[in-house]
Amino acid sequence: MQVQVNGDAMELPNGATIATLIEKMALAGKRLAVEVNEDIVPRSRHPEFTLSDGDRVEVVHAIGGG
Amino acid sequence: MTETSELQLPEDRPLEIAGRVYQSRLLVGTGKYRDMMETGHAIESSGAEIVTVAVRRTNLGQNPDEPNLLDVISPDSYTILPNTAGCYTAKDAVRTCKLARELLDGHDLVKLEVLGEEKTLYPNMTETLVAAEELIKDGFKVMVYCSDDPLLAKRLEDMGCVAIMPLGAPIGSGLGIQNRYNIRLIVENAKVPVLVDAGVGTASDATIAMELGCDGVLMNTAIAQAKDPIRMANAMRLAIEAGREAYLAGRMPKKLYASASSPIDGTFF
Repeated sequence: MQVQVNGDAMELPNGATIATLIEKMALAGKRLAVEVNEDIVPRSRHPEFTLSDGDRVEVVHAIGGG
Repeated sequence: MTETSELQLPEDRPLEIAGRVYQSRLLVGTGKYRDMMETGHAIESSGAEIVTVAVRRTNLGQNPDEPNLLDVISPDSYTILPNTAGCYTAKDAVRTCKLARELLDGHDLVKLEVLGEEKTLYPNMTETLVAAEELIKDGFKVMVYCSDDPLLAKRLEDMGCVAIMPLGAPIGSGLGIQNRYNIRLIVENAKVPVLVDAGVGTASDATIAMELGCDGVLMNTAIAQAKDPIRMANAMRLAIEAGREAYLAGRMPKKLYASASSPIDGTFF
């Protein structure tokens, strides 16, 4: 299946969870927040939240800003 | 501007935002520094306790060894104030705040800014009002970047914003406080902290904001883009303290003509 991650298309195996995605992005253990189709998915649900084809995922973190 | 009578000095109340008391009245941003190390040192030098951050997409090709901002500016040591910089609509600002709350384990203090246009980064106040209402309803503690209109500032306070943050001049312009009278009017009308956010260029600008009775100043570029940011951070710390002390001391009234400091009596010529 294909999902949009931070605006870019990404191929993921069917049944992939947010935790799978974060691992694939080499971001496991980092402080970040995830939104799927404009809804927040709390960190505690990342291992169980299964992504679907066409989902729009945002993975964000804190950077310098004023 | 009101005259300060000798008997009516301003009350020296500590800076309290959303139920928490802060010793430092200088709030600083973390953008535009050369690197993470300089960010950390400058913030330490500023003495700030509240530090703003932006929320952005994690780059897919990012270097995994690059330190995370929140490792340098730890939420255990600082009050992290996520901003909604870059948002031009209420919807985007609300989304950003929700992501920030998730990012910071439920921390609900946010700096709301909804911009109107790229050239001036002036706040879009109609969208700001919409976003503030929605965020407050959702339990956020909103510190709001706004225009220096005293009526809109009051309205934001009445809605439940925890701090009112009018601009002194456009973000990153370094022009200093352009409308002291409006800032003063906002301060006099407000029961929540008023902080000048944006426009400070150098230490004297920060002092002026504090002399006007502001509860604090939020700045980023004035420190980050100084030739020596760490030294400027210290200058700003001192400037904020000096301005606060001068405000509490109550300045002398301005006069058009001179008034001799040395006595006239006893002259021998």
